[in-house]
Amino acid sequence: MSSQVLIGIYQPGDTILHRLPVGVKMSGLGLLSIAIVVIRDARAAVAFLAFTLVLAVIGRVRVAALVKASRAVLLIAVIAALFQWWLKGPERAVETLVDLVALALAAVVLTSTTAINTMLDAIIRWIGPLRRVGVRPDRVALTFALAMRAIPGTIEIAQETRDAARARGLGKHPRAFLSPFVIRVVARAYETGDALAARGIGDD
Amino acid sequence: MIGGNGSGKSTIARLINGLVTPTSGRVIVDGLDVARHGAAVRRKVGFCFTDPAAQLVMPTCVEDVELSLRRHEKDGDRRRERALAVLAEYGLDHLADTSVHSLSGGQRQLLALAGVLAVGPEIVVADEPTTLLDLANTRMIGERLYGLSQQLVLVTHDLDLVLGCERVLVVHDAAIVFDGPADEAVGHYRGLVTEGAS
Repeated sequence: MSSQVLIGIYQPGDTILHRLPVGVKMSGLGLLSIAIVVIRDARAAVAFLAFTLVLAVIGRVRVAALVKASRAVLLIAVIAALFQWWLKGPERAVETLVDLVALALAAVVLTSTTAINTMLDAIIRWIGPLRRVGVRPDRVALTFALAMRAIPGTIEIAQETRDAARARGLGKHPRAFLSPFVIRVVARAYETGDALAARGIGDD
Repeated sequence: MIGGNGSGKSTIARLINGLVTPTSGRVIVDGLDVARHGAAVRRKVGFCFTDPAAQLVMPTCVEDVELSLRRHEKDGDRRRERALAVLAEYGLDHLADTSVHSLSGGQRQLLALAGVLAVGPEIVVADEPTTLLDLANTRMIGERLYGLSQQLVLVTHDLDLVLGCERVLVVHDAAIVFDGPADEAVGHYRGLVTEGAS
């Protein structure tokens, strides 16, 4: 699973979504996410999903990116929905499933229409005044970028580790998965740290 | 630098870039003490890793090169222009907006090298840059490395690749046991391996 599966990948373009200031887009995503989570209604969930799809069409986001994002989040969404079905009934289950897919697609629309460096520049501008209290905006922005990269990277490591355990006939042993998984995640963190240090990122 | 696994080659390479600092003694790069002037040393010394996947931290090719340029160019548009120019120089411009995960091994290593060279280091340290590559990509990366105007410090297990170097160190059991021309160094290293096997 590559990084574009969950977070989308920037697709250059000249649509209105591409031209919108990054602050408007990130605030919009924030507000939409809050609305999706707060409004507890299956019809509203479907409306939010439809709205997100309209945004995807306006931003000319590739269908493949949307499908991949939906697929990636679907497993978690189905498990969460089943749990909700058991606790609160079918309507809440549908709402949960549709909400999660809508949230994932909204995130993909943002990352597909906004270059990550543009987001980093915006974050640095926004938290610039906090320099006075010792905050390093460059580092905060870099942390944000690394977090976006780390999520799919960690999922990739989990899949590889699970496959390796299965190949050795140890698919059902939690320790055969967890120990190497944790070690590999920590090792990847060290490698990334070394790579950033070698490129002089964080030296300033 | 050539030598067996665990002999200390990568540690020496990392000392040159300041990724590792010495516990005793000093490492001086172009007059700068690596332990005291790490940031200045890293501006002079670019580092290329064995596995470019660890080195490429941004989603797309152009964004990763832009990350290298952030310290040097604050204006976003100009930074992108420079990054695209760097990619064009390495024949990767057609992949500018492609995910770094979609690249072949050779393309990834070439992109990692482009990211290092984008900021104009005076020295390039490459730690086994061809270990994960097939023959064709090994040749391609080798030609790129030997075509650099910068001083090149190459750590490798590829005894054919090393023959292009002017000076070769053989590292064995954490010590430099030979320092001289490439062909003699390869002969010395083969001798060590044969002795170890017998």
